[in-house]
This record gives sequence, structure tokens and C-alpha cells, in this order.
Amino acid sequence: MITLYPKRLFKAPLDAQCITPDIFAEKPVSKIAELQIWEGNQKRTLDQLFKIEYNAKNQSEEMTIRILGDVRKARRIGAKMSTGKIIIDGDTGMHLGEEMQGGTIVVAGSAGSWTGCMMKKGIIQIKGDAGDYIGAAYRGSTRGMNGGEIVIQGNAGNEVGCFMRNGLIRIDGNVGQFVGIHMRNGTIIVQGNSEGRTGAQMSGGKIVVCGHTPSILPTFTVDSIKSKVKVNGEIVKGPFYKFVGDLAEDGNGKLFVSQIQNPHLKFYEKYLE
Amino acid sequence: MTQLIVKNGFVYDPLNRIDGEKMDLAINDGKIVGKVDEKKAKVIDASGMIVMPGGVDIHCHIAGAEVNTGRLLRPEDHFRDVEAKTAITRSGVGYSIPSTFTTGYRYARMGYTTIMNPSMPPLEARHTHEELNDTPMVDKASYPLLGDWWFVLEDLRDGMIKECAAHVAWIMVATKGYAIKIVNPGGLEAWGFGQNVRNIDDTVPRFNITPKEIIRGLCKVNKLLHMPHTIHVHTNNLGKAGNYATALDTMKCVENLASDDKPVIHITHCQFSAYKGSNWRTLRSGAEEIAKYVNHHRHVTLDLGQVVFTDTTTMTADGPFQYGLYQLTGNKWVNHDVETETSSGIVPFRYRRKSYVHATQWSIGLELGLLVEDPWRIYLTTDHPNAAPFITYPRIISWLMSRNARDITMKRINKRARHKSLLPSIEREYSFYEIAIVTRAGQAKSLSLTQKGHLGIGADADIAIYNINPELVDPSRKYKAVRKAFENSAYTIKNGEIVAKDGKIVKSVRGKTFWVNPQLSSPIEVADDMKRRFREYWTVEYENYSIPESFLAASAPISVKAEV
Repeated sequence: MITLYPKRLFKAPLDAQCITPDIFAEKPVSKIAELQIWEGNQKRTLDQLFKIEYNAKNQSEEMTIRILGDVRKARRIGAKMSTGKIIIDGDTGMHLGEEMQGGTIVVAGSAGSWTGCMMKKGIIQIKGDAGDYIGAAYRGSTRGMNGGEIVIQGNAGNEVGCFMRNGLIRIDGNVGQFVGIHMRNGTIIVQGNSEGRTGAQMSGGKIVVCGHTPSILPTFTVDSIKSKVKVNGEIVKGPFYKFVGDLAEDGNGKLFVSQIQNPHLKFYEKYLE
Repeated sequence: MTQLIVKNGFVYDPLNRIDGEKMDLAINDGKIVGKVDEKKAKVIDASGMIVMPGGVDIHCHIAGAEVNTGRLLRPEDHFRDVEAKTAITRSGVGYSIPSTFTTGYRYARMGYTTIMNPSMPPLEARHTHEELNDTPMVDKASYPLLGDWWFVLEDLRDGMIKECAAHVAWIMVATKGYAIKIVNPGGLEAWGFGQNVRNIDDTVPRFNITPKEIIRGLCKVNKLLHMPHTIHVHTNNLGKAGNYATALDTMKCVENLASDDKPVIHITHCQFSAYKGSNWRTLRSGAEEIAKYVNHHRHVTLDLGQVVFTDTTTMTADGPFQYGLYQLTGNKWVNHDVETETSSGIVPFRYRRKSYVHATQWSIGLELGLLVEDPWRIYLTTDHPNAAPFITYPRIISWLMSRNARDITMKRINKRARHKSLLPSIEREYSFYEIAIVTRAGQAKSLSLTQKGHLGIGADADIAIYNINPELVDPSRKYKAVRKAFENSAYTIKNGEIVAKDGKIVKSVRGKTFWVNPQLSSPIEVADDMKRRFREYWTVEYENYSIPESFLAASAPISVKAEV
């Protein structure tokens, strides 16, 4: 295991895409210290910014990187990683696990926006909150998250799962607007409340909202009331209103919204008779 | 200026009928000369390498409002293809719509030194020239879009060819244009009102004129003005199944305007106009029919518009075609009406090997390239970025030069397309001499750029040297080596200076902008009626419409004596 301690509080953004198990695994410790990292417009080496501690005893088969401290200015940690594990005991910045292809990232604090964007495989677990565009596509692209799993135990921001194509996003807290916008496939489950406009322009996939949502988009049609929903093999108890949409896109996405938490949606029931 | 000698290279200079001869070239003051002082001159050892004139691209969308909108539309196109700043070059991005500086650098690395921006709405000329000013390393020019201009349509309808010619002469000077570009004649005017034309004999709504009359009219205008290039035509019905008949009609309609063996019409990105069948499912190749016609008639030149399987961005002035493409793909899109002049549209597009239609398009391009016998009348383009970005030219060269290369790609494409393709029956493989024709000499000849595309004494010293030995390498078998050699030139010499070496830019230079300045018998007069209409119909006043010569960073006017 390699442990990184930030030497100071960073004020300028760090481009930390070199901090991945893939890059660390193929280098001796002395070379790891020399990895290049940008701090704002300054070129630095990793050991100028972090104290690097190498612990051979705990070296299990897979490469583990532990970051102890606040790295909320560090972007792209774990970008393109395909194996191993990153544990961050603190907050981290934007683009965590961008284009990730495998392995695990665990964050004890909060993560920034674009966490897990374009990821293909692997697991990201955030114990705190996360920002906007979780599991999203790059700006302008239609290729969002295509596999793997993102778990956020706190709250998340807007446009979670934008252009998602596959995989699972699980949010235990509340989310902002436009969950699953442009979604093509995959699953999003929100245990808390959603601020609305859920599933805008979705053409496939599944979104489950267990809490309150102010309204359903007019381009969704109510399909039925379900007592339970299956998410990734697990059963989530309802009852849920099941909506289908987004019809403006000729879509066949499924949106499940808790019946008990949303008494103001009761008027939809008359269309089911 | 430095003096240079390029020693011992295998020189391919088709305009001077030099086919791989081992010889030296002397350069002084930016021109090729007979002899320089060997002691003073810098010597480039080109032994074991190919020496060709600098590449000429007759059709590539590299600048202007449309290209720039494409850049804005596609951040995802750029972020994987980033070029960092160096001591000599500026930073920039690719891929299918590179930024202006990167466009110049990438062309120079491939040994191209002259490129033509083929679609400039006259209203957007100022923007186009601003971007061309910022495109380094290459000489360039732009073709104004004239096939749907209200005044042109009115003059041609009334049979006033001479008045139309004077008007076109004015536009060439006002917009600093180089050739007459016609895109879907009549169709774009109709598209402003949500309509289109279906064939070249269809009447354009509100103008009582047919596309055929527009093409013939502008062809006559082109001859009256003695323009250096022919009319540059993007046919009606482009990109629709069954359109090879329209393409043939377009070529036939100017047949009797040809004289003394000279071409009078250039059909651009012909691959998109060579489809048989009645819909996408029944799409077949019409390359054989088109090639047969072109082989028997000397008044036509073509360029390929070769598809390469990649992610790219389509952009044309053909608004209705782009709208159809949007409906087909559901991708994001832009469609725009340029006032009384033309229209435009942009749709990102991915050509897939496993798609029947895309694989057939790929096959049609190569069939055209191989079935047209005379390489002087077919040029290598991808209609950048419509069928592929220009950086894929080396791959197309390897397909043209090697049957093996074609067979290998063939194995990976859609099965049905493979069975219907004509390529397996075609044995032909291009030689280096023919490649030099389709990538530089032929294009320079078609554009009447007398200083370009050859290495004779007096020519501009634009030279590309590729590190491949034609005596040792069989391009048919070693097609990968060919591709690699053409991707990065060993040396690119622009105006007598080494600008790129082994794929690296070593000097940034500014290229010229060519434009045509027709000399009429009486000075060009603009009627009051036209000025009035500018006030009524255009967002830009007549007084602000013309671009002064001082606006071009390096202006290179070409005077032609007109018959009007």
C-alpha cells in the first residue's frame, strides 16, 4: 500500500490524473515520487506536494493507494484506472474516476462534480455528498457511464446519470433536478427526494425515486402501480407509480415514484381506471 | 533568402513528366531554379526518398462561419485530440474540425502546401478570411457560393449572361473569392421556404428557373470571365439513393459547352452523388456508370469524397440534405438560412464498418478512384470533414496503391456490402506517379495554379519529401510503410524554407490567400437597384459588404482578362 499525505492545503487545482493504481503499480517508489503533476500553472512532482509512504507489509495482491487528508482541489484522481483500489480519507475534487475501467474507489468525505463520468466498469463509493453530473458524458458527447456502479451515501447535485448507457447509480440521500437526463439504459435509484424533471429525454433505462418529487414531466405517461421494484437483483418495497417516457423522444424509459411520499400525484390514478 | 539543394531524391513531377527520376532540385528565393552555388546552399540529402511537389487540396472545409459553428457544436470531438504549445507552434485541438492553426500544422506535416476552402457564403466572407488569415503554413483560397444568389438567379432567368458575369466578377472581388461554387442549385433557395428541388429540370419556386439553367448559365459565365477553375458543383439530390442519374444529368447538361478538350465542370465529392437504388436498403454503387461516362467525356473532373470509418462531422451548405441526415441519425444538428444567398447545416456523424450503407459508401469512393482511368481528372479528397478528416489521406493513398490493403479492410466490413462491392473485381493499383497526380499535379492543373503542383523552373518551391524508397518498397505489399511515410513528411518545404521535418513543425510561416480579379472591358458598376435591395434584404449594408484587399494578411490576386 502507498499512502499519500498532502504537505499543505492546496489552493490551486491539481491535475492529479497520475494518481492511479495502474501507473503506480508499474513504477518503483523512487519513480512514483517523480511523477509529474500540475498545480495551477506550475509543473510539480508528486513528492513536492505529497509525503509518500510505502508500506510493504500490507502489500496485498492488488495495488492500493490511500490518500490521507484534504484533496478537494485534486481533479481526475483514478482517471482511466482498471485495477486496484484508491481510498481517500477526506474530500476530493472533480472528475474522480473519469473513464474508469475497473477497480474500486472509496471516498470517506465528499466528491466533486463529474464523478465517474464516462466510466465503463468498477465501483465508486462516496460516503459524503457528491456534485453534479455523476456518471455523465463529456460535454457534447452522448456516451455517458457505460457500466460499473456508483454509490453515494449523501446527497448529489443536478443531472445525475446524464446520457447514461449502462450500470448502476445508487444515491442514499437527495438529488437535484434532471436525474437521468438523456438516459439510454442502466439504473438509477434515489432513496431520498428528487427536485424534479426526472428522466427528461430518457429513451430507456430505469429510475426509482423513493422520496418526494414535486411533479412528473408532462411527456411521461402513467402505466400502473407496482408494489415493488427490482433493482440490480434486490427488491425495493413500494408501492410505486410506474411512468413510461420520455414520449417526446419516443422513449421507453421506466420511472418509478413512491406513492406514499407523493400524495399530490394521486390524480394520475384516475387515468389507470 | 536561403538557397537550398534537394539531392538525390526520386522526383515525381507529373506536370513535367518526371516519373521517379533520381535528380537534384535547386531552390533560390522561394522558387525552383536551374542552379545555385553549391557552396553557399544548404543541402538536403533526399537519397532513398520520394520528392514531390507540395500537396494541393481542391476541396476541404477549413474556415468560415460554418466550420466554426461545427467547432462550437463538438467539444467532445476535441478533448481527446489536443496539441500542446511548443516554442514554434501554437496550441490547438483536432479531431474532425481542428482549430485554424492546428489545421495548418497538420497539413504541413503531411506535405500539403495549398488548400482550397470550398464553401464560403458571400455574406460570411469576412469571417472566412479572418480564419484563413490565421491558418498558417499553407496557401489557400475560397469559393463563394453562387448557385442560389437572388441576382444570379434573376439574371439567368432573364437570359442576361453578360450582366450576370459582371455581377459574378463583382462578387469575386467583393468577397475575395477564387471559383464559382454551386451547391444543390435552386434547392437551397427553395429550402429557405421549406422546399427542395428533385432533379435538374424541376422549377425553383418563385424564380421560374431550373437547376439545369443555373448550372449552364454559370458555366457560360465562368467561360466569359476566363476563371482559373471550372464551376465547382455539389449536385442536386446529394446523399440520396438513386442520385447517380442526377449526377450524370448534371455532367451531360454542360456537354455542349465544352471546347478544345478542356474541362468545364468539376463534380465535387462525387462519392456522395453515385448511389443507385431506391432507398437505403437497396442502395448500390453507381460508380461504374459515372466512371464510364467520365472515361468517355473529357469535359468533367471529379473529386472523391472518400469515406473512412471514423467519427466525424458533416457540414455542407446543403441545408435540406443536412436536415435529412439529422432525421436519419437523431444527432444534434444545426441548420441555418444565410439570407438571400444560401443555407447550411451541420450534423456529427460516425461511419461504421458494420453498417451496410456506410460500407457501401466506402466502397463507392474507391471504385470511382479506380475505375476512372485518367488520374488527371479525379482527385483525392474526403470532402474534409464530411466523409473523414483530412488526416486520413495517407490511409486512402494506401488503399489506392494496394489491393492487399483494400482486401484487408474489406474483410472487416458489413457482409452484404462486401458481397455487392465491385472492389474485388478491380485489379488496378496506383503508382507513386499517379498518386502525385491525384494529390497535387492534377488538382493544381484543374485550379490553373501555374506556380503549384510541379517542380519545373520558376515554380514555387513548395516541396514534400517522403521517407520511402520506391526502388526497395513494393507499395502493394508494404502498404503500411506507404501510409506511415505519407502521414509525416520527412521534409516539407514551403516557399523555399523548411517548415516541417520528420513530422515536426520547425518553422511557422504565413501562406498567401489567392483570389481572382477579373478585368472587365469597363469598370464594374453596381446598379442603384442592387444597392437598394441590399438595404432592404441584407443585414449587412452594401457599403460594408465588400472586403478590402488590406483585410487579407497576405493577398495574392490573380488577374484574368474577361470577355465582358
